[in-house]
Amino acid sequence: MDRVSFGYDAARPVLHGVKLRIEPGSVVGIMGQSGCGKTTLLRIIAGWLKAGAGSTRVLGEDLAGLGADGIFRLRRKLGMLFQFGALFTDMTVFDNVAFQMREHTDLPEDLIGDLVLMKLEAVGLRGAARLMPSELSGGMARRVALARAVALDPQLMLYDEPFTGLDPISLGVIARLIRTLNDSLGQTSIVVSHDVEECFGIVDYVYFVSAGRIVAEGKPQEMRCSGEAFVKQFVHGEPDGPIPFHYPAPGYQADLDGGGALSSLLGVSANG
Amino acid sequence: MAEQETVGALRSGLEKLGRGFTAKIWRLGFAARFFVYVLLHSGTALRRFSLTIREMYFAGVHSMIIILVSGLFVGMVLALQGYDTLQRYGSSEALGILVALSLVRELGPVVAGLLFASRAGSAITAEIGLMKATEQIAAMEMMAVDPIARVVAPRFWAGVISMPLLAALFSAMGIFGGYLVGVQLIGVDEGAFWSQMQASVDVREDILNGVIKSVVFGVAVTWIAVFEGYDAPPTAEGVSGATTRTVVTSSLAILALDFVLTALMFTGGTAK
Repeated sequence: MDRVSFGYDAARPVLHGVKLRIEPGSVVGIMGQSGCGKTTLLRIIAGWLKAGAGSTRVLGEDLAGLGADGIFRLRRKLGMLFQFGALFTDMTVFDNVAFQMREHTDLPEDLIGDLVLMKLEAVGLRGAARLMPSELSGGMARRVALARAVALDPQLMLYDEPFTGLDPISLGVIARLIRTLNDSLGQTSIVVSHDVEECFGIVDYVYFVSAGRIVAEGKPQEMRCSGEAFVKQFVHGEPDGPIPFHYPAPGYQADLDGGGALSSLLGVSANG
Repeated sequence: MAEQETVGALRSGLEKLGRGFTAKIWRLGFAARFFVYVLLHSGTALRRFSLTIREMYFAGVHSMIIILVSGLFVGMVLALQGYDTLQRYGSSEALGILVALSLVRELGPVVAGLLFASRAGSAITAEIGLMKATEQIAAMEMMAVDPIARVVAPRFWAGVISMPLLAALFSAMGIFGGYLVGVQLIGVDEGAFWSQMQASVDVREDILNGVIKSVVFGVAVTWIAVFEGYDAPPTAEGVSGATTRTVVTSSLAILALDFVLTALMFTGGTAK
């Protein structure tokens, strides 16, 4: 990505001049607090959103030059794990993983069956093949979604907040799977997350995003000792730093005394 | 001063009205483009007809109970009301004609259409809306599968095919209900009931026109249902609002279209 800028509308710019490069075969983390533009960045890489300025090349192809067909062709080489799995709720686990194979290949059903079981075995859920998504726990659903995302052995995997809402065991399992699948399938992976420990444990390189800008980058061990104010606050979870704890508000004392801009709210709740 | 305020209020009221009107027109245009897009991307739904048959099971077969029971009761009530009026003029043997024509020409397509809108239309909207809210549609796009072709078109064609079949079942069940009440309960002559019906109901003038009506209602209801689902904001509120709009808009569309179609189809005979 070279000097990529994006905004949902002119008044709300989300990304400003983002420049990043991801080495083939590596696992790269994109970290930052909620709402800083990480997921938007991922969606631009997936060709979902069109950057307002700058250029993005994915697997050697310039996204600006690709039409809708070109984007769909490129996506066959990508896989994406959504934040909550996004499994098809009207299909079994087996059919979810087989979905892309049936849609994009002419493979016979028995071969698809073998491939699906191999993918499910890789995430430890071969035994859950007949279950419906509603019968799975959050961690299991995420692993099935991972098996589905790698069904056609994508060259580039995109992970959107893969650790959100998982118990420590599932979290560790997913983190290990991301690394193992990347190395064994020869993929390149981009992990968007705000979970410092899990992310640092598996990535080779990390970019920090704040307010739509890349504010720091480096290897995880370098980032742990970084003196950069934002990285320090983020990595060590400090309340004070460049990211303010308080949402902007008028004077606190004036509000409590009844003369401030928010005092009407206090009146409402007191009366209610 | 007061005059200025009145002019200002009038202007803002007009602006609001104009904005609302243009928003409605814009949305109608968007729905029309969506309709064309669905038609152009119907190849998968028609080529892999099993996808459409699966949706016919959910939209059509699951609606059968309500259609059959309603048809039975509507036919029974028609026979009671019809007999009450006809026997005053000494033509109670024409009960079969009255029941059959009312059902085949009017009540079959219209009431079945209204029931289909509230049973299947709302379910289609809610399902597509929830698929959007839980990122299933996004996941499909990410897998380079067009959700319009894979999700929307099969549901659309399933609705269009199911609707005339359900209307026919409604009419058949209604005629049976009319027979139960008219012949078995009241004691109208069975031979007159069936033979007059057979002699008076025209295949082209009555039955075919009824079928055309039900196909048009099927297109309208399913188009509205898939559009509202696909256009629903991905929130609980958004999906519930879209489901309500589907039922309200489809019901009004059926009644308005029924008037237009009846005017086109049946006025020729009365003018002679």
